[in-house]
Amino acid sequence: MTYIFDSSLPGLLTAVFEWFERKPGKVVLKSTEIFQPEAFSESFTVATNSEKADRVWAGLQKKLKKDWLRKFYCSYLSEIPEAYNHLFQFTIYIFQNSTGAETNYGNEHVIALAKYAKSVEREKHRMEAFIRFQHTADGIFYTGVNPDFNVLPLISNHFKNRYADQQWIIYDLKRKYGLHYNLNTVEEITIDFTNGVNSKNPSAILLDEKEELYSVLWKDYFKSANIVARKNTKLHVQHVPKRYWKYLTEKQLS
Amino acid sequence: MSFDRIREKLNILADAAKYDVSCSSSGGTRKNDNKGLGDSHSSGICHTYTEDGRCVSLLKILLTNHCIYDCLFCVSRKSNDVKRAAFTVDEVVELTMNFYRRNYIEGLFLSSGIFKNADFTMERLLLVCKKLRLEQNYNGYIHLKTIPGASDELIKEAGLYADRMSINLEMPTEAGLKLLAPEKSHADVIKPLAFVPQNITQFAADKKLIKHVPKFVPAGQSTQMVIGATPETDKDIMYTANAFYKNFSLKRVYYSGYVPISNDTRMPILGTQPPLLRENRLYQTDWLMRFYGFKVQEILNDANPNLDVDIDPKLSWAIRNMQHFPVDINKADYRMILRIPGIGVMSAQKIVQARKFGKLRIDQLKKIGVAYNRAKHFITCADSPYQLKDYQGTQIKAFILAESQSKYLKTDSNQMILF
Repeated sequence: MTYIFDSSLPGLLTAVFEWFERKPGKVVLKSTEIFQPEAFSESFTVATNSEKADRVWAGLQKKLKKDWLRKFYCSYLSEIPEAYNHLFQFTIYIFQNSTGAETNYGNEHVIALAKYAKSVEREKHRMEAFIRFQHTADGIFYTGVNPDFNVLPLISNHFKNRYADQQWIIYDLKRKYGLHYNLNTVEEITIDFTNGVNSKNPSAILLDEKEELYSVLWKDYFKSANIVARKNTKLHVQHVPKRYWKYLTEKQLS
Repeated sequence: MSFDRIREKLNILADAAKYDVSCSSSGGTRKNDNKGLGDSHSSGICHTYTEDGRCVSLLKILLTNHCIYDCLFCVSRKSNDVKRAAFTVDEVVELTMNFYRRNYIEGLFLSSGIFKNADFTMERLLLVCKKLRLEQNYNGYIHLKTIPGASDELIKEAGLYADRMSINLEMPTEAGLKLLAPEKSHADVIKPLAFVPQNITQFAADKKLIKHVPKFVPAGQSTQMVIGATPETDKDIMYTANAFYKNFSLKRVYYSGYVPISNDTRMPILGTQPPLLRENRLYQTDWLMRFYGFKVQEILNDANPNLDVDIDPKLSWAIRNMQHFPVDINKADYRMILRIPGIGVMSAQKIVQARKFGKLRIDQLKKIGVAYNRAKHFITCADSPYQLKDYQGTQIKAFILAESQSKYLKTDSNQMILF
């Protein structure tokens, strides 16, 4: 039996609700995007229902402490198709066992969630580290990013607390939405990049006149801090995988 | 300020500061509650890594590389023929603020050569901190070097604005220091190192009585030793480190492999490779002491004054102490599980939680994250294969070495050859 859902979080939680209502035995959860009908297997399309989802979430909150609710949410943000099924099975497992079952690292779903959460948290941390703002002429600090997972919801508070006295925008170019901090709150925005604006590197005209100065100083600093006698390219690339170089001012030529 | 001049200064003063390996930006507790700039991140953030693989989290610069001392191991020594420069207080403040705003850095690491005298230098450093904190509402990280010989009042005031303070031992033993820097002694370092924790304790005691006590060096103190410039053994180095961890509650001791910068005959000649592997082994030992419950005497003692080059110190200890193994994963104490080669802190914690739900098998251990190929020689679990033979430590070492792919094994040229 396959359950199909719309890959939203409420949809996933609704699926759990439906399972407990029907008790259909072994079920695999798949999102509509990857579902392909199979000849000898039945399927059931879950109709996302916020009331049912809320009840399941409330139930989870009773069963799990904060750290595990976060692991659950992070695993969801990974957007990995198999992660959805693990989340589904994990939730059923948690409801069917007494409190504390989430520490059973011998269980395949528990360990899977721990791993997804670890990857997502690592990506979140990398964004906190590797994002480089550019000061635009209209006074906003802008950056466009392309994270492996949907981590913007996780980094919002970090940047809000840290850069409380400057307006900033972090734009997810892959998922086509961004965060804008307006000195009071962080709001979700979408930008239309059609009129020839390079989303990753706004042209110099759009930037503050001092931007060039500080990016050059930073590149200089990066070079000066290196000890040539200790060169270790393998370690360097291990810490800063090449796919992140596009964000880093210090790794750009010129 | 002229662009070219500031570039030149930054190049000189960043280059001179890079031999200080302390990089961490952790332990800060400052919150951005004045709607200013910056907020500390408890575990710190490494914003980038240089091509030598070292992390860059702080803007690490000297205020000046003019220095009245002539310490042989230091690039900024008086007799060295290098370009000299000095930042103004405002230049440092502006650089820090603008780098921070762009998310380049986690904060400022400010050190300095000693010009005129200790107090004059310390005053300038303090001024930078005060401007950042009081005028710019800056709440990012500040790591400040304590200048040996600076007065207690200045150090105490600096402690109110800095997150971490550090002062370098430079050489692991007093004899080594005297050899290369006759004007300095460990006593100069010990005095301020002891002064800061006294104040931390004092402020903590006040906090019980008074609600709003200012923060005092919330991220604690650290120090650094240069490794391989003088002939100390690993035992000398780690015993010194251990004593300083214990006596001054240091957060970190850093070990900096000496990069030859002088052709003085008392030190390794120019062009000698820095002792990177040795540095790595020392850090591994440091971690075993701080996170794995090992006593330094278990790892290094008169019979074993130096760490093994070909295997890490944890494996080395296990092989010398085979009487403790194999350990039953499903029954053993957490502290003993931590001592198994191939099992780290995270895996050990998961194991003790997971085994409450049933006996653990090999496949589960692998999923938990245990390096099973290494650990298998030291453990038994639910489905361990029955072993007829009891292997000797040396045999196990040979098995592990045969399948290990340490990057050091092939490129090992500068290290001591044991056989």
